[in-house]
Amino acid sequence: MRYGDTGYNLEIDLTRGNVERVETDPKLTELHLGGLGTNAKLLWDRVPPETDPFAPEIPLMFSSGLLCGTPAPGANRTIITAYSPQTLLMGYSMMGGFWAPELKHAGYDKVIFRGKSPDLVYIWINNDKVEIRDASHLRGKGAVETAEIIKEELKEPNAQVAAIGLAGENRVYTASIEQGRSSASRLGLGAVMGDKGIKAIAVRGTKDIYIAKPAEFIELCNEVLKYIQYRNENPVPNVMTILQGLGSPQEMLHVDEKWHTENFMWGNSRVRRKDFWNKQIEDRWREVQLDVRKRLISCYNCPMKCGAIISVPGLSTYMMKCFSKLTYTMAAFVDDLDFGFKIAQRATEYGVDGFSTPQIMAFAFELWEAGILTDADFEGCPSDSEGKFYWLLDRIVRREGIGDILADGTYWAAKKIGKGAEDFAHNNIKKHEQLPLKLGMLNPVYFLMYATGEKINITQIEGQFPQSPFATMEERQEFISDWIQAPDEKFKQIVLDWEFRGERSNPYFPTVDMSVDIVDWQEKMHYIDDALGVCAGLSSFPLKPPYHIHNYPKIISATTGMDLDEAGLTQIYNRNRNLIRAINVRRGLRRIDENPPEDHWKRRFPELEEKLLDAYYKFKGWNNDGIPTKETLQALDLGYIAEDLEKRGIYDEEPSVKKASA
Amino acid sequence: MAEKKKKIIKTIKVDLDKCNGCRACEVICSAFHAEPKYSSNNPARSRIRMIRHPLRDIYVPVYAGEYTSAECMGRDKYIIDGKEYDECGFCRASCPSRDAFKEPDSGLPLKCDMCEDLPEGEKPLCVQWCLNDALIYEEREEEVEEDVKVEDVEIGLASLIDKYGRDKVIDIMARMAEKTKPAA
Ligand code: SF4
Ligand code: SF4
Ligand code: SF4
Repeated sequence: MRYGDTGYNLEIDLTRGNVERVETDPKLTELHLGGLGTNAKLLWDRVPPETDPFAPEIPLMFSSGLLCGTPAPGANRTIITAYSPQTLLMGYSMMGGFWAPELKHAGYDKVIFRGKSPDLVYIWINNDKVEIRDASHLRGKGAVETAEIIKEELKEPNAQVAAIGLAGENRVYTASIEQGRSSASRLGLGAVMGDKGIKAIAVRGTKDIYIAKPAEFIELCNEVLKYIQYRNENPVPNVMTILQGLGSPQEMLHVDEKWHTENFMWGNSRVRRKDFWNKQIEDRWREVQLDVRKRLISCYNCPMKCGAIISVPGLSTYMMKCFSKLTYTMAAFVDDLDFGFKIAQRATEYGVDGFSTPQIMAFAFELWEAGILTDADFEGCPSDSEGKFYWLLDRIVRREGIGDILADGTYWAAKKIGKGAEDFAHNNIKKHEQLPLKLGMLNPVYFLMYATGEKINITQIEGQFPQSPFATMEERQEFISDWIQAPDEKFKQIVLDWEFRGERSNPYFPTVDMSVDIVDWQEKMHYIDDALGVCAGLSSFPLKPPYHIHNYPKIISATTGMDLDEAGLTQIYNRNRNLIRAINVRRGLRRIDENPPEDHWKRRFPELEEKLLDAYYKFKGWNNDGIPTKETLQALDLGYIAEDLEKRGIYDEEPSVKKASA
Repeated sequence: MAEKKKKIIKTIKVDLDKCNGCRACEVICSAFHAEPKYSSNNPARSRIRMIRHPLRDIYVPVYAGEYTSAECMGRDKYIIDGKEYDECGFCRASCPSRDAFKEPDSGLPLKCDMCEDLPEGEKPLCVQWCLNDALIYEEREEEVEEDVKVEDVEIGLASLIDKYGRDKVIDIMARMAEKTKPAA
């Protein structure tokens, strides 16, 4: 009997219409846990690196995590992977909600698609019965709408449905996969799903998931729940409101948006409006949000309430979480939040990423203003700020006119448009749009995370360590007094020593070595979460979370029966981290790509940045170009990867960056 | 006539407005009733069921009540504050008209037992795991006429008889008794 995982994957060949239930090797769970880890392993094994992201042989994987379907609170993530059409690297994106546990209960850890369906289809997984069904009647339908129609026609209100909208069908590079109150938005995996001809995957399961050591396991779960309750009653003091609690940023709960609207950038991530927030706006925004918000909701088995049911009069109801109420509003320079909720409804039905898409539109309007795009490109476009955005959103998801070029994201669009458009695509790393955030002084820890993160999305890398120093020694003492999550005392000392000004402040403090340690810890927690399917909102993302490096080994051991300690779990993390790095190295990722947007910080320190990267690579056991060395890989049971990189001559290449000092 | 007796009345107050739809109540109920305890999870076996239609803002936790062999003569449908709830949406019966409150493989009826195996003084598990206070446990003492407690096995057997007929069940029971007889 398998514990934690089901021990089976569902392999679906869309070209041939073939469905197979395949037993998995338990050894892989020991090596990689599950979720992102085993997805990466399969991706490495199955496709050569030269493959186009839309090639039929690319496996599109929908995976649960190792803990999904157990009573571990918040273990509900679906980890979706393929190659990203936008970055051309491995693309992985997670969604919460209810889908992954349902898949586990249906008896599978992953669904792996290969090939392409000649016609639009949807998949119906009902325990042992799996059908590929015609979806021609769903063509062009909204993602939320699609889920409702499918549940209705299956007469299965308890089915969980992940679906794409029109954007995915049209292979828009910012297409998302939507599922209830959640979505896997980043890196264009919705486009890969659409390219394979899959409109939706509905799943219903009524089988058991087994726990190896039930008594120990439930005690650990109860501790996690107790700690969540404690944290909900005891927000972390002396940090900004949005950093005080657990969960993803509580954007559905909070109506006070002074901080975001005055510190995040408006338009094409350029304009800061320092005096935006006033009493009149505050009153209006509160009224709007409370009016459309019907209920605060959670994901499977989680007491938090990060999402909301949103019902705008005259529009169909949808669900929202996190930040998308503001991304469109701010990109379009609209001062009324009402617009944010309205356009997000359309965007959710279309199924597009709420971070990249508004930036693409703001970028296009800047190009128009600059005369790089012309009136002809915008023929028929209304002149008001709101109307403009609706108009362009419609063009992009339909790939009509200029929308066809913009649908590939700012990086590729700028390349195609030329005439200096590249300077306007200024907010990308590795070809992917970043948060609209521009800051003053370089923070060494954030520099490293932005530069080296394989997720290419800061919110999926950061967490655990405070974003800025505390003002007084009392505040620092208070912070570290109950910091049970810190893996080592040295992190507490950094918090105590970190100042706003002077020698021990950014960018030279935390020092290079400290920064590397901090980043490694933050990354580690994300990699573990993504393998276990635990929500980052209860673990790697917020300060002082209920899951951490000290209780995770116990929880994994009690669930699976594996004998795991902190060192063992760290070894698995290193294995998964290096495996994903190797996948991307094979796809061409080098040091030269590890470069945050030029204007992310006003004050840059090229020499320091070089030192930070050098030290980070060294710590990881990578060479100076960010490539895992043979020794590193061998020590992680990844000798086969070292051999492959060697055969390809990757170790003999000239460095991608000529160093000033060299 | 039955004797009057003091009895603890156990109530779970359900506050629909506070429910976030997380299904933690289902999870913990199914895990608690697993054999051995917490050795498995399967919300389809839980004795509380979240009736959820997020887009209609319908979130109703319903507790499994008595088994019934026949469905009601008619169905009820509630509209509250303009929101139309499912047919029989608030009904607790394990009834032939629907799938709710039946074991997924055997189809045997499920019934909330208020976690009777828990040590004295501990609140039912669904209440413990509902951190949003949508489920509130209350106890009070009342004088009631004592009724005969029907055992789970008996309820299960009754439902099998309803499904397959009396003779068939007796037949199979006899056969199984023969098979599982300890060796002489
Ligand atoms: S913390 Fe928020 S996002 Fe995470 S599982 Fe809970 S409700 Fe979902
Ligand atoms: S545990 Fe509470 S909040 Fe969660 S679904 Fe059950 S009743 Fe609702
Ligand atoms: S009281 Fe106990 S048996 Fe009844 S639904 Fe809640 S957890 Fe299940």
